[in-house]
Amino acid sequence: MADVLVYVLHYEGAFNKNSLGAVSEGAARAAEVGGSCHAVVVGGEDLTIELCRTLGGYGATKVFRAGGPEGLAQPVVDVMANVIDEHGHRYALFGGGLLGFEIGAGLAARRQAGVTMEVTAVRAEGGELVAERPILGDSQISVSRYRGELGIIIGRINAFEIRSAPGSDLAEVVDVEVDYSPWSNRAKMVTRGEQRGADVDIEGADILVAGGRGLGKAEGFELMERLAKAFGGNTAVAATRAVVDAGWYPYAAQIGQTGKTVSPKLYLAAGISGAIQHKVGMQGSENIVAINKDANAPIFEFADLGVVGDLNKIVPKLIDAIQAKKDS
Amino acid sequence: MKICVLVKEVPDAAVEKRIDPSTGRMDRSGEKNLNPYDTHAIEAAMQLREGGAIEVDEIVAVTMGPESAVRALHKAVSLGADRSIHLTDSSLAGSDVAATGYALARALTKESPDLVLLGQQSDDGECYTIGAVVADHLQMPSLTQVIKMDVEDDALRCERQAEYGYDTVQVELPAVISVGDAINEPRYPSLKAIMGAKKKPLDTVSATDVGIDPALVGTDGSRVVCGDFHAPPAKATGQIIEDEDTTETVAKVVAWLDERKLI
Repeated sequence: MADVLVYVLHYEGAFNKNSLGAVSEGAARAAEVGGSCHAVVVGGEDLTIELCRTLGGYGATKVFRAGGPEGLAQPVVDVMANVIDEHGHRYALFGGGLLGFEIGAGLAARRQAGVTMEVTAVRAEGGELVAERPILGDSQISVSRYRGELGIIIGRINAFEIRSAPGSDLAEVVDVEVDYSPWSNRAKMVTRGEQRGADVDIEGADILVAGGRGLGKAEGFELMERLAKAFGGNTAVAATRAVVDAGWYPYAAQIGQTGKTVSPKLYLAAGISGAIQHKVGMQGSENIVAINKDANAPIFEFADLGVVGDLNKIVPKLIDAIQAKKDS
Repeated sequence: MKICVLVKEVPDAAVEKRIDPSTGRMDRSGEKNLNPYDTHAIEAAMQLREGGAIEVDEIVAVTMGPESAVRALHKAVSLGADRSIHLTDSSLAGSDVAATGYALARALTKESPDLVLLGQQSDDGECYTIGAVVADHLQMPSLTQVIKMDVEDDALRCERQAEYGYDTVQVELPAVISVGDAINEPRYPSLKAIMGAKKKPLDTVSATDVGIDPALVGTDGSRVVCGDFHAPPAKATGQIIEDEDTTETVAKVVAWLDERKLI
C-alpha cells in the first residue's frame, strides 16, 4: 500500500488551482503504486462538507478536515503528521506555492523524511514514486528517490494539470481533531490576501509587456505603459515580484510564483532576468521577447527573441517603430 | 537579544554550475562567495540592532560546510556579525535539505538564539526550505520570504507576499524568519570591517560538539537520493540580437513581430 496524502490550500471557500492539480496527480500516481489518494484541508467554516467532497472529482477518495488557522504552515504540519501517524501514508504531495514549501519542509523535519521541491514530474518506478526536479537554472534534471517511511514531493507552480477523475464519486470527509504544537500557536495571521495597488486585469490580454528591476525606477513603468499603448488592442502591462514588492507596480499585475500565470500571444519582457519564480508564470506564452543588458540573464535561455542592450535606448525607439508600422 | 544568522557559501554567480557525475553532488570547486540572499538577512539583523526597538546584544553568523566556508563567515562578520560559528565535519557531507536543517538546528540549540534569520533561498541549490526545517527542530514559529519586519513587544510583525496577496503575520519570539530580497538593500562592508573580520571570534565545532546523531546526517542519513542527472528536452534556442545600432535592432524586432502578426 502506498497511499498519497495531498495538502489542499483554499481561500475564501475556493480551492487553490495548484492544489487541485496536485490531487489529480496524486490520484493518478497512487493508482500506479497500488494506493489511494487522500486530501487534507485545514481552515475555518468555509471548508464545508459539500466543498470538501468535491475533491472526489479530482480523484481523492478521502478528505481529512481539521479546524485551524489558515494561511500558516506550521498548523498544517501538525495536522499532516497526525493524519500520517494514523494512516501511514507513504507520500505527501503539494502543488506549487509558498505554503507548500513551508509545510513540506516542516513535515520533513517532523518525520525525518526526504523532501524534494520544485518538482515538475512524478513517476512510478518499481512500486515507488520518484520525483523529477530541474536544477542549475533548469539546465539539468535531477531524479529523487526516497528512503524511509515517508517521501515528500513539492511541485513547481503549474507542474500538475487539473484533471477530472473518471467515474469518481464524491470523497468521504473525515474530521480530525489535532492538538496543535505550542509553537504553531505562536504565529498569528493579522491580515491575509491584502491586494496592494490598483486592480488591473492582465490574464485576458493578448499581449503583455512586462517590466522588472532593470527598469531602474518606478517611473520606468511609464515607458512600459507607452509601449503597451503602441501595441494597442488587448495589451496590458505586467510586472515581476521584485518591482511589485518595491511598490513600483500593482500586485494584480504580477507574474510568477506568488502572482498570475499567463499565456498571451506575445510576452515582451524588459529588464527581467528570468528567475525560475518568474518563468513558471509566463513560460506558456506563445512568443517571448526579452530585452536585457545582461547577456547572461537566464531569460535568454527561453526567449524566442532576445535583445542584449539598454532598454532605455531600445524601448523608446521600439515604441516609435511600432507606431510607424501601424500608421503605414 | 541574540540573533543568529544562517549563512552559506555558494559558487560565485559568474561560475558555471555543474553536477560532479562521480558523486552526484554539485561541483563546488571554483570561485565562491557568500550567498547573496544571506546578505539581506545580516542587514535585517543590523537594522534591528540599529532600530532601537529591541536591544540586540549579539549577532552571530552560523554556517555548515567544508573548510572553505570560513570565507562566507568572514564576509558575514564584515557586514556586521559580531562572531561566527563554523559547523564542519566530514560526516555531514552529502546531507540533504532535511539533514542539513537538522544539523544546523543542533548547532543553534547550543546558542539559544531569540531570533534566527536567514535568506529566502540559496543561490546554488535553489532551496527555499531550510528555515522551516530548522524551525520545526527548534520548536519555534517560523515564516519565510518576509519583506517587512517590525518589532512589537515580544513579537515581530512580518509582511510577505503569499498565494493570495500580502499577508501580515504576528510571530512571537523566539522565531525563525527567512527574509526576501525586497526587505532591504544590504550595505557594503567598510575596508576596515573587511580587514578586521578575521580577528573576530570564530568557533569551529564538529558534529559531536553539538550533539548531532550521525545516523541522521550525511549521505547515509539523508532520506532523498538524487541521481539520474540528465538534460531536459532541448528547446529550440531563440534568436539573439546584440544591440549595436539601435535603429537597426528595433527594425529587426519589428520585422520579427510583424512576421508573427503581433503588431
